[in-house]
Amino acid sequence: MQDQEDACRLTGLGRTYGKGVSAHRALDRIDLTIRSNEFFTLLGPSGCGKTTLLRLIGGFDQPTVGEIAIFGRNVAGLPPEDRPVNTVFQTYALFPHLTVAQNVGFALRMLGRPKAEIAATVARMVALVGLEGMEHRRPDQLSGGQKQRVALARALAPGPKILLLDEPLSALDAKLRQRMRSELKALQRETGITFVFVTHDQDEALAMSDRIAVMQGGRVQQLGKPEEIYEAPANRFVADFIGGANLIPARIGAGGAMSEGLGVVPAKGDLGAEVTLAIRPERLAILPAGLQQPGDLGPLRVTERIYMGNELSFRLEGASVPLHVTLPRGGLRGAQDFAPGDSVCLRAEPGAIRVLAS
Amino acid sequence: MALFDTRSKDIRNLPGFGLTATLAVAFLYAPILFLVLYSFNSGRSISRLDGLSWQWYQAVFANEEIAGAALNSVLLAVIAASVATVMATAAALAMVRMKVRRRAAAYAVLNFPLMVPEIVTAIASLIFFSSVGLGLGFGSLVIAHTTFCIPFAYLPITARLTSMDPALESAAADLYARPWRRFTLITLPLLAPGLISGWLLAFIVSLDDFIISSMLSGPGSTTLPVHIYSMLRLGITPEVNAVSSLMVAASALVVIISGLIARKQT
Ligand SMILES: Nc1ncnc2c1ncn2[C@@H]1O[C@H](COP(=O)(O)OP(=O)(O)OP(=O)(O)O)[C@@H](O)[C@H]1O
Ligand SMILES: [Mg+2]
Repeated sequence: MQDQEDACRLTGLGRTYGKGVSAHRALDRIDLTIRSNEFFTLLGPSGCGKTTLLRLIGGFDQPTVGEIAIFGRNVAGLPPEDRPVNTVFQTYALFPHLTVAQNVGFALRMLGRPKAEIAATVARMVALVGLEGMEHRRPDQLSGGQKQRVALARALAPGPKILLLDEPLSALDAKLRQRMRSELKALQRETGITFVFVTHDQDEALAMSDRIAVMQGGRVQQLGKPEEIYEAPANRFVADFIGGANLIPARIGAGGAMSEGLGVVPAKGDLGAEVTLAIRPERLAILPAGLQQPGDLGPLRVTERIYMGNELSFRLEGASVPLHVTLPRGGLRGAQDFAPGDSVCLRAEPGAIRVLAS
Repeated sequence: MALFDTRSKDIRNLPGFGLTATLAVAFLYAPILFLVLYSFNSGRSISRLDGLSWQWYQAVFANEEIAGAALNSVLLAVIAASVATVMATAAALAMVRMKVRRRAAAYAVLNFPLMVPEIVTAIASLIFFSSVGLGLGFGSLVIAHTTFCIPFAYLPITARLTSMDPALESAAADLYARPWRRFTLITLPLLAPGLISGWLLAFIVSLDDFIISSMLSGPGSTTLPVHIYSMLRLGITPEVNAVSSLMVAASALVVIISGLIARKQT
């Protein structure tokens, strides 16, 4: 079936910069399949190899090892102009000497399409990104958000099968970024084009993606739906990078996991195994120490109270690592408040404690 | 509010700044001003002003030898500047893609001729051209001028090129432009201000050159500076001032044009 075909398959893909002792593996044996019509996100900290991977798919760079297949076709050695893939660059890379319309129509002109068709497509694309009336402006007469839309329209105009987007929202202010998120997502749904989206912003990734590949050190750490990545992190890195979990060293004992200062925590695992407990700060309730029951963590001491508008966050000491708890403000739970120095305990929601191999 | 007072640190507020600046400018421009002033002399002296007249300019325009030399100079400068600009562009395009150390080395090789005393280059060129049988004349002049014009044309071109976002070419490739069209549709138009500045700089350097031209020009291929020098030997009249003033005007015009272009870029 045509639309069930994989958009992009990466097999054992590696890219090493430099030679000998200074060699650096920017990508380390990546195996990844990006499905047709999906919004796929590469998420990871700065320097983890996201741009490098995107450049390999786009054809701007060649892999050291491994293969890339786009819609079943091996694209080894093909230059960017021969791949059915277009890119929205992080810096937008709009042609400064061309108008908005000429920028958007550039690819079609290169493909030798008739003038009338180019004009029609440009008009459609300009309308799609809401830039009507600005066709004759040059890039330096546009705001950051408008430039971003031109870059998007320009990459979409030739009708690519895959659109690569390298942190396209990072240059925008918070509010505009929020709006562009929904617009991009809607655009992807309407056009049905496969989006490969790069970001280091976890909120962005969680909000927009069908699937996310979390990257670190040139490797894919976890691949899955946003819910899977957030609720069931595969390792310490993912748990920490996405949503900043509390990571507590522990050892599996008879009645659960034993951890210094926390007593016995309900958790399963091989007896005697050294593990890491991952608990989201918002999945813990905070109670006065006097109300501690078996299975609760504590007693702990509040060392910091951080007010963040819609949230209230506490830093607690007494365990082997400092712990963080976040409460929503307002509502019933929001009525709770503590001051530094208070003695408290923590109660985890059912299923909130994940046991990770250390 | 001494903390925020930048006025006291401004060099313009130091005592004696105005006087020093005035003297420096006077020192730079006084000789040229005198040269221009005496070109309007109605007498034959270049040190005593008898009255004002256009007669020496009329003499210059009536002088066929000067006209011939000026034509040679302009023709030579146009050809040398054009060829040098093409070569400098090729060099700049290749060098901008090099690794830093190799680029520094290539840059040094390209610019070394500027450090060699011009008289040495001139004599070397003279010996070289005669030994390969090219002899003196316009052909040798074109080759020699092109050579020393390249580093001058190179500087503004490479400055422009390094300030260009390399993602632009990637974007053009991504949007299905083949290498040649990437060059003609994206790189070249964006490079244009650098090309024009480079060409003008090369043009003026060629136009003003004396030492190399004096060694290599043969009969019939005399350039204007060489001709002016030969006029001096027959005794200095304000005609020399007039033709020199015209050269100053031409140079100033070129400087102004390239200044305007530089301002338009920003
Ligand atoms: N041309 C290059 N030469 C040498 N090393 C490079 C080169 N390009 C990238 N690297 C290295 O490869 C690693 C991955 O780089 P990459 O640009 O893919 O990171 P990234 O995930 O896109 O980061 P960011 O979020 O900061 O854009 C980095 O450690 C970087 O220093
Ligand atoms: Mg990047």
